[in-house]
Amino acid sequence: MDGAAILERLRARLGSAIVETHAQCGDHTAVIERAALPGALSLCRDAAELAFDVLMDLTAVDYQKYPGREDGPRFEVVYHLYSLRWNHRLRIKVRVDEDDAVVPTAVPLWPIANWLEREVWDMFGVRFAGHPDPRRLLMYEEFVGHPLRKDYPINRRQPLIGPRI
Amino acid sequence: MAEPTRREIMLGEGSGTGSGQNLTVGMGPAHPAMHGIIRILADLDGEIIRKADVEIGYLHRAFEKDCEVGGWNNAIPYTDRLNYVSPLINNFAYANAVEKLLGIDVTERCKYIRTIMSEISRVCDHLTCIGASAMELGAFTVFLYMIKAREFLWELVEDVTGARLTISYGRVGGVKADLPEGFDAKLREAFKQTREVLDEVHRLLTGNRIFMDRMVGVGVISREETIAYAITGPLLRAAGVGFDVRRASPHWAYDRVEFEVPTQKDGDNYARYLVRMAEMEQAMRIAEQALAAIPGGPINVDFEGRPIDPAAYVDRGKQGKTEGLLLVPITLSPNLAGQDRKALERVNAHDKRVVLPPKETAYGSIEGLMNHFMLIMEGYGIRPPQGEAYFASEGANGELGFYIVSDGGDRPYRVRCRPPCLPPMAALHRMIEGGMIADLIPTFGSVNMIGGELDR
Amino acid sequence: MGVGSFFTSRLDEAIGWARKYSIFQYPFVTACCGMEYMATACSHYDVDRFGAGLPRFSPRQADVLFVVGTISHKMAPVLKRIYDQMTEPKWVVAFGVCTCTGGFYDNYATVQGIDTIIPVDVYIPGCPPRPESVIDGLMKLQDRIAVGAQRY
Repeated sequence: MDGAAILERLRARLGSAIVETHAQCGDHTAVIERAALPGALSLCRDAAELAFDVLMDLTAVDYQKYPGREDGPRFEVVYHLYSLRWNHRLRIKVRVDEDDAVVPTAVPLWPIANWLEREVWDMFGVRFAGHPDPRRLLMYEEFVGHPLRKDYPINRRQPLIGPRI
Repeated sequence: MAEPTRREIMLGEGSGTGSGQNLTVGMGPAHPAMHGIIRILADLDGEIIRKADVEIGYLHRAFEKDCEVGGWNNAIPYTDRLNYVSPLINNFAYANAVEKLLGIDVTERCKYIRTIMSEISRVCDHLTCIGASAMELGAFTVFLYMIKAREFLWELVEDVTGARLTISYGRVGGVKADLPEGFDAKLREAFKQTREVLDEVHRLLTGNRIFMDRMVGVGVISREETIAYAITGPLLRAAGVGFDVRRASPHWAYDRVEFEVPTQKDGDNYARYLVRMAEMEQAMRIAEQALAAIPGGPINVDFEGRPIDPAAYVDRGKQGKTEGLLLVPITLSPNLAGQDRKALERVNAHDKRVVLPPKETAYGSIEGLMNHFMLIMEGYGIRPPQGEAYFASEGANGELGFYIVSDGGDRPYRVRCRPPCLPPMAALHRMIEGGMIADLIPTFGSVNMIGGELDR
Repeated sequence: MGVGSFFTSRLDEAIGWARKYSIFQYPFVTACCGMEYMATACSHYDVDRFGAGLPRFSPRQADVLFVVGTISHKMAPVLKRIYDQMTEPKWVVAFGVCTCTGGFYDNYATVQGIDTIIPVDVYIPGCPPRPESVIDGLMKLQDRIAVGAQRY
């Protein structure tokens, strides 16, 4: 299916839950409301004509310093989906505020989401409701802060932690 | 009364199974058989791994944050150090993601060069992977042979890019410089040596009883789980799915060369080994075809006319005697190494917003000087439009994707690297649970975890 | 007194000579420098001709700690523990510019030089250093090992 048809299919099933869509540089993207996200993702995976069986990537972007979006929702969680059957791609985005940075988990649909969501928690501080194992992935346990946020200075020096058992 | 288990016969009556606690063994982070630094906490029942917890992040070097600090081309050295055994693929994939956002297309010759260098990198990666995992199984000779072959390829890469490992060769809009003279003879020689080494390794390993005993049926992961864990690359192809980004979304010159995508059925370590060995041969085939078909030929300079000594040329420009200077042909090398090559023209996109002008233009005309200034000075530089783009290429371990977000400024707003070896590491506990602890070593070796890419 | 110190200094030289030509390294390999380390150790550049070809993967059996590649804050305690576990006499080689000063990773995650954690004897800069640089560093290490009073 070509990208426009995919977006049409999503719009038909999700209706007003789709906030906006675009196809910049040929990457078809849909921004979906958080409440409709689990339904949208399982539709993408299970519908026969969409068949997005691979969750290629799950990441987040902090829009705090983006010109024009400083007052809007701070984080945007981005899902890149790919279908082995049809060889088409889709990007789904969800916007969340800083004070309410919770997104429903995608672990029941794709097990790779386990580690990808842990990384988003580690780097951005966005929690995933229902995640079976919410630990940091890349930073050490005693680390304070979420490094990829725009207000975390890049060369903050860390205290040296002692050897663990 | 149940039959006494083998364990009871060996250890005496009553030792049973599971009567004691499981032993927790932590492998790593500093461990000789780990290709990088990770920690595997394995709960062992005797020799069998009941539960494994894989802990990564020991090489987190803040790649994504570092890319936001400098300009768009400043991120190239950071991308080198992602998958540091095949750095060229990372460079080109990132550069291509930015070019996608900018909407520019590189020259044909550049596409062929990117293809050739990517395939050479892929061969280096597979050589390192198979060599290191064979070494861990005890076949030290294979390791030495493969590193020898890799040395020939690295000398080739050094000829083209100037460095062996961390090459920073790709640029947004092209590559750093053209291929040197005598490249095809050197490539042929290097591939001849590599093919000899591959032949020797085939004879040493492929039918070897010990190697097969340790690799066949070990580290198996089912096809459905492989897909559910978003594993791509040689591991997916060893499970029977012929997905290759070079075929699925052809980029650079991949649609103009013929190659096969080798697959196997079993999804175990031996299948992954066979896939990697076959892929090396295919990669060499691609590089040779691309080199034979490369446009622009091995000509040196396309100006005609009288040459001028470069120092005199610069002097004239500085003195302000610039009339007609642009038309004067010189054999000035942009990299000031004294070589006679017009290196930038044919391999960089003719797009002023992105590519530095050649030295003749920068010295010889005011437009060139301004162009140079606008690209270099802080606050100016390459400025893609606001928005986002995702570009995927086939890294040595699978789909290597770069997702970049631009706010219209001269620095990237967000660079995300989709690491191809993260999914296999997330699935590693599925591959090793139920197996013996000694099976962890070949499994981990065949996953080819590269720390720089995994932890970024 | 004179005769005693003559013999002990001759003995020191002999032991220094023996120690410098039998280096048992612990390659603490983390990142890209590991590739150049592998290249140096293998047939083309061959570090075995200096007697340093046998890596000992237990810190208690090694005498030179080659710290190869970037050390992050998560890895630093592990490095310190490995260094503590090594027995005297021991030397440390900082291989690669990430271990010398942090390299170009001036960020929240990287230790800015391992000499903030453990004492270093030889620094081999380079990103990654060419095998010739590594061998140069190794020879400087050998000079360092062989000179002076040996503890035994």
